[in-house]
Amino acid sequence: MDTRDSTDRIAVQLNGKPRHVEAGLTVKELVESLGLNPALVVVELNREILSRSRYGAVGVQDGDTIELVHFVGGG
Amino acid sequence: MNEDTGMTATADRSDVADDPLQIGDKTFDTRLIVGTGKYPDNDTMVGAIRASGAAMVTVAVRRVDLDRTKEEAILHHLDPEEFFLLANTAGCYTADDALRYARLARAAGFNEWIKLEVIGDERTLLPDTAATVEAAGILAGEGFKVMAYTNDDLVTALRLEDAGCVAVMPLASPIGSGLGVVNPYYIREIKRRLEVPVIVDAGVGTASDACVTMEQGVDGVLMNTAIAAADDPVAMGAAMRHAVIAGRMAYLAGRMPSREIAVPSSPTTGMLD
Repeated sequence: MDTRDSTDRIAVQLNGKPRHVEAGLTVKELVESLGLNPALVVVELNREILSRSRYGAVGVQDGDTIELVHFVGGG
Repeated sequence: MNEDTGMTATADRSDVADDPLQIGDKTFDTRLIVGTGKYPDNDTMVGAIRASGAAMVTVAVRRVDLDRTKEEAILHHLDPEEFFLLANTAGCYTADDALRYARLARAAGFNEWIKLEVIGDERTLLPDTAATVEAAGILAGEGFKVMAYTNDDLVTALRLEDAGCVAVMPLASPIGSGLGVVNPYYIREIKRRLEVPVIVDAGVGTASDACVTMEQGVDGVLMNTAIAAADDPVAMGAAMRHAVIAGRMAYLAGRMPSREIAVPSSPTTGMLD
C-alpha cells in the first residue's frame, strides 16, 4: 500500500523546518509557490549553492534540505 | 578686485577639493559608508541614507522568513541601481560560516564584494582576528573583494592586507556602542602603515565622533547604529555627511599644534600707553 498521501507530497527541510511540498516541483516553482521572487532569493540545496540559472532545471527531491536566503537590513 | 565688495579675491579654492575614495576598482565621491539595519521603518532608512550621501550601503544575508516574505526583503525598498551593495557576514563566529555567507551573498548576483566579519566574543562583538585573516585569504583567492572588519590592531591589519583585502576596517570602538574612537593612535598607525584604504567601521556615536575619526587621516568611515538609532535618523544622516566632510577637510588642512598655554591672536605691539 502506498504510504504517501493522495496529492503526492514529499518531505523537505525548508529554512530549518520540516515541510511537506508538492512532488515534482522545480526549485523555481517552489520559490514562486512561496510568494517569493526568484531573482531576489538565493537557494542553498543540501549545503550547495544553486546557481539561479538552474532554478528551473533542478527538481525538489524528498529529503532535500533547502535554505532560501536574501538580503535584509544590516550593518 | 571684486567690483561689488572692493575686496581682493582669495586664492582659488578648487585645490581644496578632496580626491574621490578609491577601493579596489571602484571610486566613490563620498567617504561615508552606511548600514541598513535597525531603522524604525524602510522609508526612514532610505531617507536617512540619501541624507547621508552614502553611495555604498551594507546589507546582511539571512533566511527568508516564510511567514512574512514581503516587507523584510530590503531590495523591495532599496534600489541596487542607486546604491552599491556591500553584503556582510555579520553574525558569523567561524571562518567556515563567514565563507558560507559570503558565497551566498555573491550568488545573489550583484557583485563580488563582501564585508567580512568574524565575531569572536558575544559581549563585545570583537572580531576573531585569526579566523578573519584565514577567511580573508580564502575569499580573496576566490575573487572576492574583501573589506575586513577588524580590531584596532596594527599586526592584524597588516595580515589582512597581505591576505589580499581591498580595504581594512578597524573598529573605532565596539559595534553599536557609540563610544567613538577609543584609540586614535592605533587608528593613525594602521593608516600610516597600510597601502590599501583604511575605513573605520563601528563605534561612531554622533557627528563629532565621525569628524574625529576622519581627522585621523583614514580613508572613510562606516556606520549604522549612529544614524539608525538617532531620534531623527534623516537629520543624523545629514549631520554625518557634513561631519565626515569636515573631518576630512580638517585632516587635509593640517591642524594647528595644540599647546597648554594661551597665545594671543591679536598683535601684542601697538598698544596705547
